[in-house]
Amino acid sequence: MTSPLSGIAASTGIAIAKAFRLENPELTVEQQQVGNPAEEIARFDTAVAQAAAELEVIQQKTAQQISDKEAAIFGAHLLVLSDPELIGPIKERISADSVNAEFALQETSDMFITMFEAMDNEYMKERAADIKDVRKRLLSHLLGVKIQDPSMIDEEVIVIAEDLTPSDTVQLNAQFVKGFITDIGGRTSHSAILARTLEIPAVVGAQNAMATIRNGQMVIIDGLEGEIIIDPDSATIQQFEQEKSAYDAQKAEWAKLKDEPTLSADGQHVELAANIGTPKDLAGVLEHGAEGIGLYRTEFLYMGRDAFPTEDEQFDAYSKVLKGMNGKPTVVRTLDIGGDKELTYLDLPKELNPFLGLRAIRLCLEMPELFRTQLRALLRASVHGNLKIMFPMIATIEEFRQGKAILAEEKAKLLDAGIPVSDSIEVGIMVEIPSTAVMADVFAKEVDFFSIGTNDLIQYTMAADRMNERVSYLYQPFNPAILRLVKMVIDAAHKEGKWAGMCGEMAGDDIAIPILLGLGLDEFSMSASSVLKARAQISRLSKQEMASHTGHILALSSSQEVEAYVKGIS
Amino acid sequence: MVEKQYTITDEAGIHARPASALVGSISKFQSDITLGFNGKQVNLKSILGVMSLGIASGSTVTIAADGTDEEEAMAKIDEVLKAEGISNQ
Repeated sequence: MTSPLSGIAASTGIAIAKAFRLENPELTVEQQQVGNPAEEIARFDTAVAQAAAELEVIQQKTAQQISDKEAAIFGAHLLVLSDPELIGPIKERISADSVNAEFALQETSDMFITMFEAMDNEYMKERAADIKDVRKRLLSHLLGVKIQDPSMIDEEVIVIAEDLTPSDTVQLNAQFVKGFITDIGGRTSHSAILARTLEIPAVVGAQNAMATIRNGQMVIIDGLEGEIIIDPDSATIQQFEQEKSAYDAQKAEWAKLKDEPTLSADGQHVELAANIGTPKDLAGVLEHGAEGIGLYRTEFLYMGRDAFPTEDEQFDAYSKVLKGMNGKPTVVRTLDIGGDKELTYLDLPKELNPFLGLRAIRLCLEMPELFRTQLRALLRASVHGNLKIMFPMIATIEEFRQGKAILAEEKAKLLDAGIPVSDSIEVGIMVEIPSTAVMADVFAKEVDFFSIGTNDLIQYTMAADRMNERVSYLYQPFNPAILRLVKMVIDAAHKEGKWAGMCGEMAGDDIAIPILLGLGLDEFSMSASSVLKARAQISRLSKQEMASHTGHILALSSSQEVEAYVKGIS
Repeated sequence: MVEKQYTITDEAGIHARPASALVGSISKFQSDITLGFNGKQVNLKSILGVMSLGIASGSTVTIAADGTDEEEAMAKIDEVLKAEGISNQ
């Protein structure tokens, strides 16, 4: 048994399986003379056929397991593989100069890569990556080096990787991938969020996993503690199998609470809602008995494609979610891109501080057509359920007023055209910028609700980049500074008879829940998989008793003191 | 040889998905088929060639087919351009 590794516990649960290293092999190409160019061309043709056969399988699997849209990328790769302007010159080069196929491929594809990379359009630049991808696949066949496709995994494994890109994760099959470990990333990175959606344990930011773990080695991931154990002895395996069954049993117990309302021990009701990214997540929301959707992140509709989604495409997605929720509250956040979330087809200038730059509502107000299209789709879908619209990254009251005025204009136009729109749509804001939390009393007079986005509120309040591991110690949800802001927001909402929710990671945290319950938070929105655990916890807590502790908690001086105190009372 | 001009009406220009559909649908024809834009000509059977032109919305392009099945090829191109919303004429 090797000494344990550790990282950030990104998704709970325990997994025990063989390691599967997802790596990018170095494919080095050297120029060589060949004696028989015809044979070399035949060798190249074989590699093309093998790569094409492989791509067809991947395309089919992706279409079956994910969607036709995600599979389309591999269709484009197949076309590159049969492109006469790429394949023809490679063969000519082999026969004219008697060079090896690898070299001819490298040289010819380089020409195209350089050409695409030089184009002044971000979308076209990205196409260079597609050519590189196809070249890598071809080279691997020519050189006899195996490259891995996560979608080809067909036995139970734990995936080990430097990092998982969104396209890698799209190809992971939850049936076989029992968990994953990445060397970089934090609790809010894309791969961590995906692990919680798929409900598989994950440890991220492990730093040395790729350097330490070999393919096929037995690995245990403890997604509760962030521990990784390599080559465990039989006693350790037994111990973790027991922990795993205890965890599974607890999950089964929570499942009984699925159709129960969320009530504190003293009978007070709060709403437990779920965060979703796509209509596909609806199944999880219903399965875990969430009482609503507290955050529908619409940007996923805009990602992983090559043009903006049309109004009708958006209408379909929103309608599906609203119908699926069957009248339960559904908070849809308007487009939040910019910052770390880029769109390949929207050529925005690079910014020095993207998290402080043109993102979310700022971008929408700058590009009103983009915003109006989304609002029209939402308004048209509103008749299918209980829609609430939420603007992200609001810093000033003017931004909220502008957004609301545009919404009113689009609504009036639709009604004029005879298109029905619900007349009970609440319009609220995300509170994630300290200026808005401080001014919550002013906002509360005009908004219908607040939803506190803690991931960003913490990063902006502490001035600590949440993607930067070296300052991750400053990501302190329990710092009294954050808790005081949260209290200001909740109190301001209640004073005007409005409701306040929270949709950041903090809302599902077992230390935060007693504090938030005591502060009077009305709605807690979290990963669907956390809902039942939170419901069980709240049923054991008295809201009145928790409220009696808040004065003391807010007067504490540090995050550590708050944590210690809450552990003592709950 | 048959030749025809089209105005690109897709607001994103000719990007990967429609270009793939277009290129994929004509590979079976024997005729030589070219796409001309801005003084440059590329093989329409080449996805990289088509993409390399970076054709934006509103551009006018010329498509020419030359060979035994040129008429059938042009009819197919017409159909795909409309079906994919690349051009409506």
